[in-house]
Amino acid sequence: MPSLRKSRPFALTLALLVFSGLCWAALVPVEAASRDAVFEIPRGTSAHRLAGEKVDIFPQTIRLTLGLKDVLVLRNADDVPHIFGPTLLRPGQTFRLPFATASTYNFACTAHPNGGLNVIVAPGPAPGWERLAWRWRQLANAV
Amino acid sequence: MTVGSRRWLLAVVAAVLAALVVALFMTRAAQPQGLKAGVLDPPHAAPEFLLSGSDGSDVTLDRYRGKVVLLTFGFTHCAAVCPTTLATLAQARKELGAKADSVQVIYVTVDPERDSAAHMHDYLAAFDPSIIGATGAPDTLATVRADYGVTAVKEGTGPDYAVAHTSSIFLIDPAGMLRAVMPFGHDAADFAHDVGLLIAQ
Repeated sequence: MPSLRKSRPFALTLALLVFSGLCWAALVPVEAASRDAVFEIPRGTSAHRLAGEKVDIFPQTIRLTLGLKDVLVLRNADDVPHIFGPTLLRPGQTFRLPFATASTYNFACTAHPNGGLNVIVAPGPAPGWERLAWRWRQLANAV
Repeated sequence: MTVGSRRWLLAVVAAVLAALVVALFMTRAAQPQGLKAGVLDPPHAAPEFLLSGSDGSDVTLDRYRGKVVLLTFGFTHCAAVCPTTLATLAQARKELGAKADSVQVIYVTVDPERDSAAHMHDYLAAFDPSIIGATGAPDTLATVRADYGVTAVKEGTGPDYAVAHTSSIFLIDPAGMLRAVMPFGHDAADFAHDVGLLIAQ
């Protein structure tokens, strides 16, 4: 069977390439174009709240993922300072807070009606099956 | 399989492995290298204050211009957060080695009722004698807290009351600009890293 013998190296090469592709998808760390999760306190937030209006600025709970979206960026576009967890944000100021540990963080936040904000930082997809499945989902979403 | 095919296959295997190693290296090299703390942009001049120091002198930020100031708030009867923070900051100074002289830790009390300058001096010496405590009149301390967005709420009654307070650490650069805020929970290495960057800038 000379033709089978001839095509064997190509089949093996193809199999090797597929295998390496799977290895790459399962092992190489995932990354995003930007790791910033940006939220803004809009202008007039404080005035609306003082007027007794319900103000939904951003979610009470923000979910982040290590290695992908793990930098919380908060912009204060309001006319007054706001306390965001660890700090006081002046009007026009931005606070960029990177997270390196998966956990649940509870912050004070005067932009929220109840004065609090939860940030849940989940671990990124682990090497192996999780990373492979994550890439597969990304591919499926893109298609 | 012929010798030629085998060589070709080996070359493909080597190329694939090399590509994988390069991909892994490139992904790791792309990690951001900024401050570990939350960064304020634009930074602003850290609000100045005049408090009584645990060393018997006045404590102002101006006194430490040229150094990185790590400013934190707490009370000496704090059971968990303050001892952890102070131990972490003391360890960070050790990790900085010769650069430790370029850092000043200021611990502002939220409990002036119990935290006299002398008491703070003895308490802080157990962590690092270079840490300076700062106290003052309740109104003065309340103004300092408001300037930094720090909250402090008395909890409980009797002599064993506690004070729930903001546990962040403020990073002030040698020019007196409030550059970043480190939330509670970071280790000494993160502080040493950020202080090193602020000194170098």
